[in-house]
Amino acid sequence: MEQQITISPVSECALLIRFSNSEPNCSLPSIIGAATEQLYNQLNHYIMNITPSVDSILVDYLPHRIGFKTLTSRIEQCIISIDENSLTSSQTHPLELPVYYHLDVGPDIKQYENKGITLAQLIEIHSQPIYTVVAIGFAPGFAFMKDVDTQLQLPRLSTPRLNVPKGSVAIAENYTAIYPNASPGGWNIIGNCPIELYQTGREPMIPFKIGSKIKFTPIDRDTFFSLGGTIEGEFS
Amino acid sequence: MNNAVLQIIKPGPLSLIQDLGRFGVAQFGITQGGPLDEYAYSWANFLLGNQANLPCIEITLGQAEFKVGAKNAFAICGADLRATLDDEPINNWSSFVANKGQTIKFSLPKNGLRCYLAVLGGFKIEPQLGSCASVERDSLGGLTDGSPLQEGDCLQYHSLLANQYFEPKQLSFRFQPDYNLPVTLRVVESYQRALLPNHLVNWFYQTEFEVSTNINRMGYRLHGPSIEMPTITMESEGIALGSIQLPPDGQPIILLNDRQTIGGYPKIGCVSRIDLPRLAQAKPGQKVCFVKGQLDELQSDWAMWANYFGY
Repeated sequence: MEQQITISPVSECALLIRFSNSEPNCSLPSIIGAATEQLYNQLNHYIMNITPSVDSILVDYLPHRIGFKTLTSRIEQCIISIDENSLTSSQTHPLELPVYYHLDVGPDIKQYENKGITLAQLIEIHSQPIYTVVAIGFAPGFAFMKDVDTQLQLPRLSTPRLNVPKGSVAIAENYTAIYPNASPGGWNIIGNCPIELYQTGREPMIPFKIGSKIKFTPIDRDTFFSLGGTIEGEFS
Repeated sequence: MNNAVLQIIKPGPLSLIQDLGRFGVAQFGITQGGPLDEYAYSWANFLLGNQANLPCIEITLGQAEFKVGAKNAFAICGADLRATLDDEPINNWSSFVANKGQTIKFSLPKNGLRCYLAVLGGFKIEPQLGSCASVERDSLGGLTDGSPLQEGDCLQYHSLLANQYFEPKQLSFRFQPDYNLPVTLRVVESYQRALLPNHLVNWFYQTEFEVSTNINRMGYRLHGPSIEMPTITMESEGIALGSIQLPPDGQPIILLNDRQTIGGYPKIGCVSRIDLPRLAQAKPGQKVCFVKGQLDELQSDWAMWANYFGY
């Protein structure tokens, strides 16, 4: 396969796998997602935790059970054996998530209006693309999805909000995301998704993984409420 | 063995159920949790002959009180919170037997911040995603959804049998750290170290930092002279335990057990695993210095520790 990887120690008990590849727009998120599963399956006895991200995978391991060099070569073997072609073909349908775009749940719609982008245009531009999950973190189930259309890219707020309601649909730079739970946050909020994204009792706990494809479907106010949505969440 | 309960009379500012932590779920953005002072936590279980991973109470800043429902052996290790059993002082870093109706009490800290209270056989807590570690932000662990212990909560354990003998133990003074001393932390250089200019790295090792008031289970923010950070553009990446972030203002943040799983600030490396408890017990105003550590040496020390406690 075409992926170039470098593996280096970051602490006594952790190493970082970095992916560098020549082709832009390739299937890197799918490969990282698949590598995460494979590493857990094959090296379960040595590995405590795997944290995949945009172009890297952090591996927490047990150095008293396996040496760095041995683990490194096992990881390389594992990643080399991933068949890139089978990954791209297995993803046909994107996951559709309903979003209610409205000032009541998206206070930063104003920022776009100030730039001359109407709500209707915002909805169209945001809900048209198929996004790819490239990292999950910040909070449980918080997925960084790429790529946001250049017209909609805005930097994070200079002062983060102390509270952003659960389900808030947000934009920062070329990423879009949904806050799975109420939390502090500095992203620009444009709508709300009424679907539960993080449920610890459910299998799977979150409906996507790195490499998953996502599409947003605009919904009206009635549909939003009928799906369990609420506009009572407080922005502060 | 019979069921007994330890009743929380006063939880103090922060008392949390912790085991070694929650693993195998970082890919969902779920943090590891677990004891900030893994050394003290491990001795508390060890002095009772418990398995390494049994749930204990991490008591931060004392001012907590517990009522013993039935006779059993307990252990306290970590910060000196002037613990008493029915108003009689209990030695820190020791195990002891407490009888039905007795009260275990903690006052303001004399040395360090966090003490671990363990019971023989462990507290009976239903694990969530493989762990009892309380992480409020993730709504996981503890008695309910990661919440700290509340007044009136009851923790179940098995009582000691009537004819069961338990020999109390005291850890040798040679293994008891003095948490109030200035802290020197060994650093495994890694992550963006190679992208940082030399003058910044020199500044980092030559500066005496101070623990700020901005400290919690997610991380410790240190305070030092201001310095200009170069702009380093990077993608968010996994944050290992003990990572030393250098944000734009150059004031280091060391990330601990409840940290975010990924982040996009540059990192100079990680504080060695063995030195982390010293940092996690440090109080605001305490001095902190960094020295460069040798990975091989630190790793073999860590492996010895892990084997000894049976991780």
